[in-house]
Amino acid sequence: MSDFVTLVINGIAVEMPAGSMVSAAILKTGTYAFRRSVTGEPRGPLCGMGICFECRVTIDGEQHCRSCQTVCRNGMDVRTDG
Amino acid sequence: MGNAHDLLVVGAGPAGMAAAWRAAQNGLRVCVVDDNPAAGGQIWRGGPPEAQVWFERIRSVDVKVINGARVFQQLRPGTLLAETTSGVCELSYKSLVLATGARERFLPFPGWTLPNVMGAGGLQALVKTGLPIEGKHVVVAGSGPLLLAVAAYLRGHGANVLLIAEQASSVQLARFAVGLFSKRSQAFDLKRQLSGVPYRSGCWVSEAHGAERLESVTLVHGKKRWQVSCDYLACGFHLVPNVELAELLGCDTEFGHVKVNAFQQTTVANVYSAGETTGIGGLELSLVEGEIAGLAAAGKHDAARELFPVRVRQRKFADLLNRTFALRDELKYLSTPETIVCRCEDVTLERLQQHKSWREAKLQTRCGMGPCQGRVCGGAVEFLFGWRATSVRPPMLPVRISSLIRK
Repeated sequence: MSDFVTLVINGIAVEMPAGSMVSAAILKTGTYAFRRSVTGEPRGPLCGMGICFECRVTIDGEQHCRSCQTVCRNGMDVRTDG
Repeated sequence: MGNAHDLLVVGAGPAGMAAAWRAAQNGLRVCVVDDNPAAGGQIWRGGPPEAQVWFERIRSVDVKVINGARVFQQLRPGTLLAETTSGVCELSYKSLVLATGARERFLPFPGWTLPNVMGAGGLQALVKTGLPIEGKHVVVAGSGPLLLAVAAYLRGHGANVLLIAEQASSVQLARFAVGLFSKRSQAFDLKRQLSGVPYRSGCWVSEAHGAERLESVTLVHGKKRWQVSCDYLACGFHLVPNVELAELLGCDTEFGHVKVNAFQQTTVANVYSAGETTGIGGLELSLVEGEIAGLAAAGKHDAARELFPVRVRQRKFADLLNRTFALRDELKYLSTPETIVCRCEDVTLERLQQHKSWREAKLQTRCGMGPCQGRVCGGAVEFLFGWRATSVRPPMLPVRISSLIRK
């Protein structure tokens, strides 16, 4: 198994150490707003452990995935909504 | 149920691992289920060297570990449902250990919803799972011993930790320092790792500033107020036990944690609980409680009794910890009327102030009814208004519709 994986975040390829979380990969691309709140505010990760749901994004077409609980995989397509 | 596990453990942190190990050692067929992608809980995320002895113990016994599965409902007494990326699993048990741990307490202040304002443990978890922090300017603030551990970890990974702001007063902390004698080596290690990082007691963040993300924070210390530019604010106010699953199963709670007897048994037959879920007390207390729960579940009550003195010592430390980091009243008045308290539904302080109970506020404003189900704002409204959640209903967490439709 390779030590790195490459995933695509908002159309940009990002290389991360194997085992990294999607949330960390998104921040690494300089994207801080992962989604918009119900009144339109930018929001990013808060708890880092799957509790707060602030870091949810669309992964491979599935909405509302918690990026902090999802391990990066090769070829993953991640979309933020911020 | 023919294929029921003798013991199901919910939570693969220190308490859950200790319970599973002891129970399996004594012949029980054990299954551990956890929401996270790997075992270790929050404190042992990434499998640090000091945890290896416990990971080895789990490997040395026959324990089934299911990761990435979040328990969301009780199907019937003795069977829980958990959602994974690939579907739903039914988990049946004869006995159950709830080792669901704790989360950070967050308190609202102007700007706390900005991207890059995170929990202290939250930022640490992100760095542990791949976020580069080298050269970033970080303010660590809030309350509790976690702040020191997080600051040391971030610094060790190249962050420029500008300040640690602890809300507890120096008088409170001095008493704690005396109590730390039992943990002296740990304390010295932290001190060495943090040399040169300013540590202010009686100090807190009153406001976070920025447009699309955090740019700076305002700090308060006595009469002094000043602004500091930073990339991240790591801010948490000690911990809150995760008691939702216990409440769903009908276990009694007291003072915000699960009520247990000397053998870590809850008020529900065959259901045990251990670790932070039964009161915040740290790693060592979690481990010994887990061991006692695992032994008791296996019917080894004499062996469990031998561990009681260790638990007594660790509980004393826990009591001191919780007294030391009691939250000061000033923190109740940081928010302005427009400050958002419930981040899921964007409910502001002024809208909550019009209500007399959380139930009423929920019905009128949807506070606590979003995806986190009050796990973030619950700890805040408890501190701000003295309101406590009154009921937990299934599903405990947002799940896919397909997970709720049983064939």
